[in-house]
Amino acid sequence: MLKTLRQPFQMFPIVFFPAMLLAVNASGLQAATHLPDFPTHSYVSFAIAVAFIQGGMFSLINTGTNLAEDIESGFFHRLALTPMRRLALIAGLLVGVAALGALQSAVYILLGLVAGAHLAAGLGGVLVLIALGSLAATAFGALGCVAALRTGSGEAVQGLFPLFFVFIFLSSSNLPRNLLKTGWFHTVATWNPISYLIEGFRSLYIVGWDSTALLRGFAVAVGLLIVGLALVVLALRARMQRT
Amino acid sequence: MTRNAGIWGVARAIAWRSLHTYVRRPDLFIPSLVFPLVFFASFAGGLSALGDVPGFHFPAGYTAFQFVFVMLQAAMFSGLFTGFTIAVDFESGFARRLMLAAGDRRGIVLGYALVALSRAAITLTVVTTVALISGMRMTGDGVQLFGLYGLAALLVLVGYAWAAGVAFRFRSIQAGPLMQTPVFLILFLAPVYVPLSLLKGWIHTVASVNPATAFLGAGRGLISGALDHTWLAFACALALILVFGVWTYAGLRAAERAT
Repeated sequence: MLKTLRQPFQMFPIVFFPAMLLAVNASGLQAATHLPDFPTHSYVSFAIAVAFIQGGMFSLINTGTNLAEDIESGFFHRLALTPMRRLALIAGLLVGVAALGALQSAVYILLGLVAGAHLAAGLGGVLVLIALGSLAATAFGALGCVAALRTGSGEAVQGLFPLFFVFIFLSSSNLPRNLLKTGWFHTVATWNPISYLIEGFRSLYIVGWDSTALLRGFAVAVGLLIVGLALVVLALRARMQRT
Repeated sequence: MTRNAGIWGVARAIAWRSLHTYVRRPDLFIPSLVFPLVFFASFAGGLSALGDVPGFHFPAGYTAFQFVFVMLQAAMFSGLFTGFTIAVDFESGFARRLMLAAGDRRGIVLGYALVALSRAAITLTVVTTVALISGMRMTGDGVQLFGLYGLAALLVLVGYAWAAGVAFRFRSIQAGPLMQTPVFLILFLAPVYVPLSLLKGWIHTVASVNPATAFLGAGRGLISGALDHTWLAFACALALILVFGVWTYAGLRAAERAT
């Protein structure tokens, strides 16, 4: 966590890119709110949910890059020689990611308020947004650890960023699923777990307390975390056998 | 005559070497094809409902509307990625050796420009093929479609000239964000999703004075047959090539002094 906070260039994209995309999309796609069945008159309230997912993706890249740098520099291997349990090396990293995830979620909530988003769920919604944001960031961070442990290269982890970004593009990030008229895109967005994560965040802004959307959002975040941790265990075992 | 042969000889050698590397390295080749296709799938597929927004009238349909954006973006990014290649060649030491060996160093600028155009030709062929397979309609006539691809070629050179100028000055891939970010911002501050008339507020003001708006308007006019600011777009593109051409040439001189 300190490593990220001490490197402003790592914090810059976490705030700048979601803010820039929110500004551009919220203005450019405001016309979409005139579509029948669009759930709100404010596209900012609709689009702010995507910022939380983008933040999660940056957690993935930053966590993966930091771990890969530790592997490349040999620091990780020196730590592995200490009596510390090996899984604790990753667990410590992910606790930091969870804290950063909560912090960046708070930043996105402020960003949304400044941009004019209306949080229908009120003050309680703020707490749930921070909890879900932190959980999602941890899940993505675990996937970043997998990439770092598998490749051992910061450059390779950075190269994965566009690949993960595709999941945001092919989801209900820009329009609600009921308005995705192109058949194959609707199918892909429906199968894409990122859609449900976005809809979990979005429900707090637009609907208020929608138990189904929230349950699905948390289920996806927890599911990604479980898958990520399982893959981390396997990748860590393989990495340690190599050293 | 000998001087001209020197320019073309250097240009051909660089173009051949860089294209050879490009098609043989999947890490370079695949992303340059995948990104425009993902943008096309996401925008044309995911936002097709925007074609039903009141006030949206585009004769060729929403797929063609978005295809033009993706096409012009891919064209400019083909130029930008060639700037990355120059920067990487400087980092590896190849470009410095090239500067020593080239009879006429303007051939270096020309050679990389040929690389950018060739890369764009490959990317635009793939994107157009996928768009046509997905059912995109082109209602413009043959001359207009020729004009559309001509505009794309000019934008390849605009993107290339900007990025090459940066690459010659910084001679490091660390300058990548400086090449990409302004182009990315200019493109997305234009009417990407809906026509200019449907944009409201600050984005309408910015888009009204953004040259990318003229490029998109002209491209969409050419693909649909309903011409819109065509001459303005071509004039803007040529003016930008001239300005950034000077920028690149000065960058080449800066690189000469530094090597």
